[in-house]
Amino acid sequence: MLRLEGLKKRYKTGDEALKGVDLEIPDGQVIALIGPSGAGKSTLIRCVNRLVEPTGGKAFLGDLELTGLSSSKLRKARSRMGMIFQEYALVERLTVMENVLSGRLGYVGFWRSYFRHFPATDVQEAYRLLDRVGLMQMADKRADELSGGQRQRVGICRALIQNPDLLLIDEPTASLDPKTSRQIMRLINELCEERGLAAIINIHDVLLAQMFSQRVVGLKLGEIVYDGKPDGLTSDVLTEIYGEEDWEATIEKVEDEDGDGDGDGGEHGKDSKEEAVQGSMT
Amino acid sequence: MSVTSPESGQSFPNSWRKPPFIKNPLLRWGIIIGAAIYLALAFGTMEVNWQRAAEGLPRGQRFVTAFFPPNFSDNLGVMWDGIFESIWMAIISTIAGIALSIPIGLGAAKNLAPKWVYLLNRGIIGGSRTFPEIILAIFAVKLFGFGPFAGFVALSIGTIGFYAKLLAEDIENMSATQAEAIKATGAGWFQWINYAIQPQVMPRMIGLSVYRLDINFRESAVVGIVGGGGIGATLNTAFERYEFDTAAAILLIIIAIVMALEYTSGFLRKYVQ
Amino acid sequence: MPRIETDSGPVWKRRTTSKQWAIWFGWLVALAIAAYAWQGISDKTIWFFVQDAPSQAADIGGRMIPPKISYMSRLWAPIWDTLNIATLGTVIALIIAVPVAFAAARNTTPHPIVRTIAIFIIVSSRSVNSLIWALMLVFIFGPGVLAGTIAIGLRSIGFCAKLLYEGIEEIDHSQVEAIEATGASGAQKMAYGIVPQVLPTFAGIGVFRWDINIRESTILGLVGAGGIGLELNGSINTLAWTQVSMILLVILVTVIVSEWVSAKVRGAII
Repeated sequence: MLRLEGLKKRYKTGDEALKGVDLEIPDGQVIALIGPSGAGKSTLIRCVNRLVEPTGGKAFLGDLELTGLSSSKLRKARSRMGMIFQEYALVERLTVMENVLSGRLGYVGFWRSYFRHFPATDVQEAYRLLDRVGLMQMADKRADELSGGQRQRVGICRALIQNPDLLLIDEPTASLDPKTSRQIMRLINELCEERGLAAIINIHDVLLAQMFSQRVVGLKLGEIVYDGKPDGLTSDVLTEIYGEEDWEATIEKVEDEDGDGDGDGGEHGKDSKEEAVQGSMT
Repeated sequence: MSVTSPESGQSFPNSWRKPPFIKNPLLRWGIIIGAAIYLALAFGTMEVNWQRAAEGLPRGQRFVTAFFPPNFSDNLGVMWDGIFESIWMAIISTIAGIALSIPIGLGAAKNLAPKWVYLLNRGIIGGSRTFPEIILAIFAVKLFGFGPFAGFVALSIGTIGFYAKLLAEDIENMSATQAEAIKATGAGWFQWINYAIQPQVMPRMIGLSVYRLDINFRESAVVGIVGGGGIGATLNTAFERYEFDTAAAILLIIIAIVMALEYTSGFLRKYVQ
Repeated sequence: MPRIETDSGPVWKRRTTSKQWAIWFGWLVALAIAAYAWQGISDKTIWFFVQDAPSQAADIGGRMIPPKISYMSRLWAPIWDTLNIATLGTVIALIIAVPVAFAAARNTTPHPIVRTIAIFIIVSSRSVNSLIWALMLVFIFGPGVLAGTIAIGLRSIGFCAKLLYEGIEEIDHSQVEAIEATGASGAQKMAYGIVPQVLPTFAGIGVFRWDINIRESTILGLVGAGGIGLELNGSINTLAWTQVSMILLVILVTVIVSEWVSAKVRGAII
C-alpha cells in the first residue's frame, strides 16, 4: 500500500510542481494518473522512488517512510518499486537479457552483477518473464534491435523481475502506435492482476485510462482535482482537468466500449475489447 | 541445465551467458591471444632496465627540481624574441597557407573540378598531410637556412594539407540545390563561386582558420627544435645549456598562450556560427 | 537597414555605410598585423639562402633519387619500435584517461574541485607537444624507446580524456535513471547505465589516437626518443640522402597503412 501525505515539490527554478498531494493506493489497485502536460504527473511518481527529491510531505510504502531514508535503505526500498518509462529507457547497447536482469541489481552485489553472474533463480525468472511477454527468442538480441512495443515489454520485465510491491509507470504508451499501446496497457493490467500489484500509471490518453484502470486520479497544476471511478469522467470533469474543449466524442467512445465488454478484466471481456479496438481503428 | 517450473510445466534454463562480441570462437581467441603476445613482445622491447630506472629516479628528481622556480628574468629578452617570432610565424603561415588552400581546395572538390584537376589537387593535399610539420621543417631548414623563414614554409605547407582538405570536403557536402539555383540565373563561374559556394562554406571556414592559427602556434614551438626559428629554438637552447629553470618558464608561457588561443578560438567559432 | 533613400529613389545596398566602414577597418587592421608579422620574419631571414633554395632543392632532390632499397633491412627494427611506441603510448594514455575523464565530466564528477584538477591535467597534457615531452623525458630516462612511449602517453592523455568526457556528458540520462530506479548502487549505475553507453566512443577514440600517434612517433627519434626518427636524424646528419628518401618512403607507407587499419577498425566498432 502506498500513502502520500501532503507531498510537495518545488524545483530550484521556483516552479511548484506538487502542492501537497494526499493519495492512498491500496494493494492490488491500478490507478491512472491523468492531467495536462506540466501538471506534475511525472514529478509525482519520481517523488515516490525519489529519483526526484520531494521538498515537503511524506510518502509511505506500507509502514516504511520513503522520504528521509538513508541512501542504502533507499536502494532497498527502490528495489521494491518497479518503474516503467516513457521512452523505454532500456540500456540500448546491452542485450535484452542484461536489461531484464538489471532489475535485480538492487539484490546482488557489484562484482556478481559486473560479471553477469546472477543467481539461477533470477535467470529462470527472467526467462519466465520474457516467455510471458512473448520475447523468449529475443533474449540475446541487443535492445536497440527491438521495435518500440518489444522494448516496452522488456521494460516491463525489468520492472517485474524486481518482484515489486508497486509499479510506477510513466507514460508507457507515449511513443507507441495505438494498437501497440492497447496491447501494452492490457499486458500491464494482466500482470498486475496476476501478482496483485498496485500501480500508478501516468497517461495522456483519457480513453486508455478509462479502459485499463479501476480508478482515475486527475492532476492539475500539482493538485488533485478528480479522484474516482473511470466512468465518472464526465465532460465537466475533463474540462476541470484539461480546460475547455469538446469532450463529447471522447466520452461517447468509452460508453460504446463499455457496452461491448466489461471492466472486470475477464478473459472474455478482453477479447471483445480487442475486437472493439480493432474495429475502432479500421 | 534447466528446471521445470511447477505451475506451467514449462522449463526454463537457469543460467545465461552474454553472447560474445566476436561470434567466431577461432577468430575471437586468435585476436585475444595475438593481442596478448603482441603486448608481451612490445613491453619486452621497452628494455626497462630497473637498475637504470633506479639511477634515473634521483636524476629525474634533480631534473624536476631544477625546473623550480621557473626563471622568467635571466633570459627575458631572448624569450620575448622567441615568442614574438613564433607568433609572427603562426600568423603569416596561416595567411599564406589559407591563401594557397583556397584554389587547391576548390580544385579538390569533386563537384567543382574536372577529374584531372581533382586528382592533382588531392595529390597535393595527400602529400602535405602525410609528413608531420617537423619533417617538412627539416627540409625547409636545409633549403632556406636556419631561422623563421624555414618554419614559415613548413607550417604553410602543413596548413594546406589541413585547410584545403576540409574546404574541399565542405564544398562537397554543401547543398546542391542552392548551387544549381544560382547557376540557373546565368551567373559566371566567379559569380557562381561568390554567390552559391562562399556563403555556404564561409562560417565554418572562418572558424577553422582560427583553429589552424592555434595549431600553427603550437607547432611553431617544435619546428624550432630542428632549426626552424621561434620559441622552440629558444627552448631547445635552454635545454642544451641545462638552463632548466628558463625552460620551465618557456613551457609555462607556451601553455598560457595555447590556453588563451584555445579559449579565443572557441569563443570566435561560437560567435561566427 | 540596407535600403538607403537618395534623391533618385531608394537604393539597395548589402550593408549600411557604417557597417561597411567597420568591415574595411577590420581588413586594414588585419593587413597591418600581417605586414608587421612578415616584417618580423623577413628581418631574421638571410635572403641569399632563400634565393639559393631552388638550386639547393634540385641538388638534394637529385641526390635522393633513387632511394636506397637495400637500406630497408636495417629499418625493420626501428619500424617495430615506432609501432610499439605508438601502441603502448596509446594504451597507457587510455588507462589514465578513463578516470580523468570520469572526474572531468559534469555528470560523473565526485566534486567540483576534482573536476577542476582533472580539467587542468587535460589542458596541460594537450598544450605540450609530444616532441617537447620527449625532449624532457630523454633527460630523465636516457635516450630510447621508453622515453618516446611515455612522451606519447603523456601527450595523448589530454586528447583522449577530453573527447571521452565530452562523450560521457552526452549520454542519455534516462537509461541511467532507469538503472537507478531498480535500486542499483553507484558502482552498478556506472557499470550498467553509463559504461555501455560510452564504450563505443571510448574504442573509437583509442583507434583515432593510435592513428595520430603512429605519425607522431615517427619523429620522436629526432630528439633521441627511439623509433624510425632516430634513423632519419642520423641519415640527414651524415647527408646520406638516398637513405633519407628510403625512410620517407617507409614513413609514407606506414602512415597510409595505419590510416587504413584505423578506418577498418572504427568501421567494425561503430
